[in-house]
Parts: sequence; structure tokens; C-alpha cells
Amino acid sequence: MRVAVVVFPGTNCEHDVAYALGELGTSPELVWHRETALDGFDGVVLPGGFAHGDYLRTGAIARFSPVMTAVERHAVEGTPVLGICNGFQILCEAGLLPGALVANRDLKFICRPVPLRIESTNSILTRTARVGQVLRLPLNSYEGNYIAPAKDLERLEAQGRVMLRYCDAAGVADQSTNPNGSTNSIAGIANTAGNVAALMPHPERAIEGLLGSTDGRVLLESFVASMAREPARA
Amino acid sequence: MSGTEPAHRQLGMTDTEYESVVDILGRPPMPAELAMYSVMWSEHCSYKSSRAWLSRFPTEAPWVVVGPGENAGVVDLGDGWLAALRIESHNHPSFVEPYQGAATGVGGILRDVFTMGARPIAVWDPLRFGPLSVARNRYLLSGVVSGIAGYGNAVGVPTLGGEVEFADCYSANPLINVMALGLLKREQLVLRAASGDGNVAVLLGSATGRDGIGGASILASASFDEDSGTKRPSVQVGDPFEEKRLIEACLELYEKGLVVGIQDLGAAGISCATSESAAGGGMGMDVDLDAVHLREHDMTPGEILMSESQERMLAIVRPEDLDDVLALAEKWEIAASAIGHVNPSKQLRVFHQGELVADVPAASLSDDAPLYRRPAERPDYLDHVWKVDEPLPAGIDLGETLLLLLDDPALADASWIYEQYDHQLFLNTVIGPGSDGTLMRIKGTRKGLAVSTDGNALLCYLDPRRGSARLVYEAALNVAVTGARPFAVVDNLNFGNPEKPGVMWQFLETVEGMAEACEVLGVPVIGGNVSFYNETDGVDVYPSPVVGMLGFCDPMPEDPPRLDRAEAGMDVWLVGPEDPDDFAAGAYNRVVLGHRRGRPAAPDPGTAVTVVDAAASLAFTVPVLHDVSSGGLAVALAEICINSDIGIEIDNGEWQYLLSESPHRFVAVLPAGRQPDVHNVPVRRIGTMGGDHIDFGRHGSVTVAEAAAAWHDALRSRLG
Repeated sequence: MRVAVVVFPGTNCEHDVAYALGELGTSPELVWHRETALDGFDGVVLPGGFAHGDYLRTGAIARFSPVMTAVERHAVEGTPVLGICNGFQILCEAGLLPGALVANRDLKFICRPVPLRIESTNSILTRTARVGQVLRLPLNSYEGNYIAPAKDLERLEAQGRVMLRYCDAAGVADQSTNPNGSTNSIAGIANTAGNVAALMPHPERAIEGLLGSTDGRVLLESFVASMAREPARA
Repeated sequence: MSGTEPAHRQLGMTDTEYESVVDILGRPPMPAELAMYSVMWSEHCSYKSSRAWLSRFPTEAPWVVVGPGENAGVVDLGDGWLAALRIESHNHPSFVEPYQGAATGVGGILRDVFTMGARPIAVWDPLRFGPLSVARNRYLLSGVVSGIAGYGNAVGVPTLGGEVEFADCYSANPLINVMALGLLKREQLVLRAASGDGNVAVLLGSATGRDGIGGASILASASFDEDSGTKRPSVQVGDPFEEKRLIEACLELYEKGLVVGIQDLGAAGISCATSESAAGGGMGMDVDLDAVHLREHDMTPGEILMSESQERMLAIVRPEDLDDVLALAEKWEIAASAIGHVNPSKQLRVFHQGELVADVPAASLSDDAPLYRRPAERPDYLDHVWKVDEPLPAGIDLGETLLLLLDDPALADASWIYEQYDHQLFLNTVIGPGSDGTLMRIKGTRKGLAVSTDGNALLCYLDPRRGSARLVYEAALNVAVTGARPFAVVDNLNFGNPEKPGVMWQFLETVEGMAEACEVLGVPVIGGNVSFYNETDGVDVYPSPVVGMLGFCDPMPEDPPRLDRAEAGMDVWLVGPEDPDDFAAGAYNRVVLGHRRGRPAAPDPGTAVTVVDAAASLAFTVPVLHDVSSGGLAVALAEICINSDIGIEIDNGEWQYLLSESPHRFVAVLPAGRQPDVHNVPVRRIGTMGGDHIDFGRHGSVTVAEAAAAWHDALRSRLG
């Protein structure tokens, strides 16, 4: 299976994502942002980092990179498209997911593992997980605070498109267990078809016990499984 | 500055130094030449007060590939892998403007490392500030941490740790040191020498502007006074996005074999990079300043030569490769200009608008720099501080005392700082910040790299020679408890005004202490930095050497010791000699008794080696190993309890054993019935894990929850 790992100038998690996907048996390839076609790829990942320096606004410039036209086409056609961290921000800017990510509640960068609860398995990111499962994944962001207009939030919640919520080790999600002020403790969402999904924490940083956690595997395995079959539909 | 002062004095140059320039050139220097000499001969660039003494350090070992003098030291890890290590300070800029000062410190150190052909894989930041009870110190700490985070995270290099200490002497002169580690394959190693007649010097990266002009001579090489705020224009402004593209572009240039030599532009900008490149290759160079891409178009030649604009590199390339180099720069969206040509003249000739504005022997800028053997004299304060009149109390409540110590910002949980740094990128971090030493794996191998940065300025103030030697031993133990052996050292020597004999004495004693300890351990010093003039309004900082220790293991422990692996029923052992009387420079004196006096115990070289060996061996089989340092055994045990969320019952003894800070000791926690397998080292069982109290028996007790709260909240409650 061929996965495109898109590299913008300023992206920095591309090697980690490629390593993790390689460990899971796929063939990841780094694709420069000036490419205009993604033909033949079974899946696309927009990895973390600071695309175009995050200048102006996270993702604001990246959405105009040439490769994004091809990413949008694949998203519409049902190819699994995964955004991690900065990739989440770019997918929101590109209009492939609703809402936006703004500065953390405490106005500080946060790098630490946080517990997350699986809310829905209806996406390429969570299909092999189970609802209610609590994972522990590294969060690593300054703009990780999800916001969206009320009607978009209602639809996200009503359609079961909130994939992951920040919680505590017991799975309780409320303001006291919310690390960055994210609306409804949202950590990851999907589009209506379930083939475009994104999250702020980094599953690729949690695939080996030596580095502290293997909880990211179930998410990346979902992505890999999704590439192997018909894209997920709502 | 007065307009009537001669130009060379305005640039920070003495009359004698000016006369030397006239001698070298056989004529008075032209303005641009004077600008170049003033910066290249500054303390910061030339090490004129220190370099006579730095040869004292042992620098050789079979695994040293590149020793001191290049941009970074390089060691051989076997199987074609090399590691590059470098440490620097950015003290004065960070005091003037904490965010940009710290940010550009990170940027500069990364360029030093990728200049060698290495991908920078991690950064550490040892920091020193004045007490957090002062609002400005809180502002400086927050600004510096934000600057490190803002630049390091965005440039895509994880910050894996560092340490922080506080003392009054840093209120007007904080210390911001930064160390970077890079990894490379042997064939990627690049040096700066500009060889090859006709080769082209290509300036890569940011446009050159007026920022940072005189940074090296004005900011870094002079003491501070109340007007320091007016020096803000001498602080550079960093752009991590530019640096990220520059890193990727340079790594691709190396991979494709398109560069002959390369040099980063740091202090003294183009003048330093061109002269060092040319001199390094025994060549000369013609430089055309009209070809330099500028941010402002009315800059004088002196300003262009001296600008310290960030994120720039000077690559030496073969003429036939120039088009490929320019195309690759275009791909990574970085600017590139061919600004010079290498020739055999050994002269650095600089042209501006068709005029020759500088014509100097390239090597003279570095090799002919002044060399000072400044007078040194043992300072009188030692007689005062070695006297301690107050006896220690006969008995104390160790529970209460422990809470006071855990609330001390230097001993407390530093996660308020390091959680603002990406410390996981590249998937190498096996043990991250918050432990004794960082441990990284090298993917695709069984090799591990451990790193610790250590400083204890009070210890060095009270006895520079003993203190600095103990720092080296402590750093060695910190990497050993992860399973690594001490492998290479870099040092950052932060001192006051070297023109004062007392400061110079502290410096010489420190060099001697560190050199001795490195010799004892068999560890080469592969690089370092000297930062003098850390003095404000006549007050010098403590002698503040920082040791950066690189440890290496092959194989790495499959399950290395961690502070959170203690379980109920496990036995707690102390490995190493015990001295109940080493309270000088200790946390108990400083935090509880409120004085900073006493003479630290001398280190024991023989014991240091056996204890480090013992720790590095035990790390392969023992779940918890923890160095005993600041705060003594009590704080070391508390950190294990807090991280493992479990109590401990500590066997009775005199309370002094729990707070003394004598060197060469570590704690090992093992399953019941197992004894640490060590030889020729004292071993004593000191307690058992279990319950929810840190129980000192007749000396008192405290719950783990209370201890954890004090430890976690100490920085948070002060910094918000």
C-alpha cells in the first residue's frame, strides 16, 4: 500500500509518520508540496509541523500549496486522508473539515501525553478501536484548541463525527480534564463520509513501548485497514 | 557613545589592539577593515583571555573524529555513525530581549551542528536566573522559555532538557546556555575549509540586514550597566521557518555531494565566515558585497560585513556545481547568492561598488588575534565563606524540611518549563526531560546516546576546583544511570569580568578541576565556549561552568531504569560512599538555613570511576537508578516516590545522612531479596518501598501526595 506523506516547507513530523507507517507494513513516500498529482496513492497523510512557518495563521498558507488541489480531489473521491496536528489545522483551513484550531487556553505550548476517549468508530482513524476505549497519546501543540460555529458543532456531535475527546485516565471528559480549552474537549473529528479525519495528538509518537506507549497503533492500524478496503462511508 | 572617541574604541577595541592591526596591514585600516578586526578580535570571537588556558583540557581519544576548534566536536559511534556536539551561551542578548535572545541562541547552535553535515536531533538548555520573587526575573524566565519553545518547536528539533538554577547574581545577568546534538553518517562529515582555486562562495539563507550589528563585540564582550536597554538593536531576530528550510537544503546539498566546505554565519557574520573559510583552507578569497542579498539597500560595507542577521550559511562549491546548488536552494525556497571566489592569495579582499574596501591577510583575523594571560589571584571572599559558625541542629523534622526543599524552584518539578518544548520529535526519546540523564536510541541500531547538562554555581563559587570537578563526575553519573558510559564532554564556562584577578583565578581553577576530572574518567573534551563579562554594575556572576556530558552505550538497555518503576515491597539501596557532613553549597543550607557558606568536600577520583562503572552496569538489570545530588538523599528518594506514586519506609540513621550532598552516590531500587551486583563500592540497604508516606521514622514523615503537590506546584505557583 502506498501512502503519500505530504511535506510542506516547515513540516517536521514527516519522517516520524513515515517511520510509523512503515513499521505497520505500508510503503510511505514523502511528497513535496509543489506536486500537483497524488495518483496511485491509497492514502494521504498531512503530518505535523509548522507548514510555511504557521505564518499568518496555522494552515492559512499551506491550503494554497499546489498539492492541496490533489488532496481535495482524493478527499472527495473517498481516499483515506489523515491530518495530524498541523495537518488537522490545514484540513480545517482547506474546508475539508469544519472549524478551526486556535491558541491553547493557557497560551502556552503543551507537550505531554494526554488521555483520550474514543467517541466513534465511524472513521478511517478509529474503525478498529472501540467506543469508550481510553488511549494515552502525546499532545504537542500551541494551537490545539478546537472551535467551530454552533451549528457545525451540533452537526459534528449529532452525526457522531467527534472521534476523540480529551479526558482523564478513567475516561471522564470535562473542563478539568481538558488540557487546552478545546470546545467539548474535542481532540479529533471526521468529515461526513468518515474518510477525512484529523486529530491534534500524535499517534505516530506512540507505537513502541520503548518510547512510552503503544496506544497510537490502534489509530494508525485503522488508517492502514481503511486503505486496504473500500473507503469508509457514512 | 561619544562622537569624539576614536573609531576603534567605539567598536570596543583597545589602543594596543589597534596598533597591532596597523602593524599587520602596514597602514591604518580602512573603516570596513577596522569593523572586521574589532569583531573578530572581540573576546567572544577570539577567546583572547581564555584560549591560552584551554589547551589544559584532554581532547584526545580513539573515538574523537573532530576535536575543539571546528563548529562542533564529532565522535565515532561505530558502524559508520558519528555524533556532533556543541554548546554555546546567549547570555547578554537574552537579558536585553529574552524571547529573541534565547530563540537565536537555539538557531545559532543548530547551525553549528548542521554545518558539520549532521542532522540536529536534540537541544538542551541550561538556564540561570535571579530569584523568582522578583517580577523581572519571572519575565526573563518566561520569555526565555517561550523563545526556546517558539524557535525550537517550529524549527523541528526537540528540546530534551537542561536544568535551571537561581541566585541573586543572575538577576542582572541571567545565563542562557544551549547545547545541540547532531547525528550523521561518516561520509556526510563536512568541514569549513575553503579549498580549491576558483571555487565559489555561496551565501545561503536570509537577507542581510542591520540586525545584530556589533552583537559579538558590544553585547557579548562587555559588561552591563543601566543603559543596557539601549543595546536592544544589537540583538538579532530569529526566523525558525527560514532555518528549517536552510537545514533541509544543506542536508540535501551534503547528500548530493555539492559542497566542498561550509561555514555558518554567527558572530561577526560575513567577515568571520569568509575569513575562517579561507584561512581554514590556507587560501584567499575575493568577496563582492554587491552580490550579497540585502534587506536594506543603503548599508555600508562595514555594516554588511558585521551584520549578524540570522539563518545564513556560506557554502564553498565547485563552479560546475553552482547551477545545481542554486536550483536546490530554489526548491527549498531559500535565497542564494554567489558572493566570492576562492584563490591562492591568502588575502581576504572585499569589494563594494567597485571599490576595494578591505584587503587583509585572511588568517590574521583569527590567528593574529590578541592573546592575554591576565593576572589571577585567589579572591579574599573564600576566607569568609569557608567559615561556618552555626552548628547544624541536633534534630530536625525531615518531613517538614522535605516539603521546603521540594518547593525550591531549583529542586522542583521542571515540567512547567519542559512541557513547553517538543521533546519527542524524531521518535528517539527513550528517557526524556525530568530524569537524571536523557536517553535516546539510534533507530536501526542497538546504540543509545545519553546526555546530561550539569552546573552548580554555588558549589563552584565556594570552591571552583572541587566544584567543577564534581560537576563532571555528577554528569558522568547522570548518563551512567541510563546505562551509558561517559564518552565526550563539552563545556560552557560562564564567568564575570576576566580583567579582575579574582575572576581569572576562578576561571583557572575551574579549568583545572574539570580537566582533572575528565582525565580521571578518560573522557575527551571535544568543544566548549567561554562567556566572560557576565558582570553588571561591577557585580560578577558566580563562576558558572556548565558541563555537557555525552554518554554512549551499545547495546542500550532494553528496559532502562526509570524513576516511575518502583513498586511496593522493593528494597532501596544506596550505592557509593557516604559523608554526613557535606552541607556546603547544599540545598539545606541555602533553602532552610538561608546561608551560602562552607567548603565543599573534595571529590574522590578513584571512587568516582568505580561508582560510574557500577551504575552503568546495574542499569541493564535494575528498575530504578537515581543519582543523589542537590537536596541529598531525601530529595532523591522523594523524586522516586513521587514519580512511582508510592511511599517508602526509610531505615533509621542520623538525619544528616539524608541531606548531606556528598558526591559519588546513587539510589538503586530492586525487587526484594536482590542485592545490587557491584564490586569495590560501598552498598547499604536504606529502606523499603510501600505505603503512601515518605517515612523518615523518628525524623518525621510526609505523605507522597503532599510531597508531590509541593514539587509539582513550586514553579507553577510562581510563574502561572
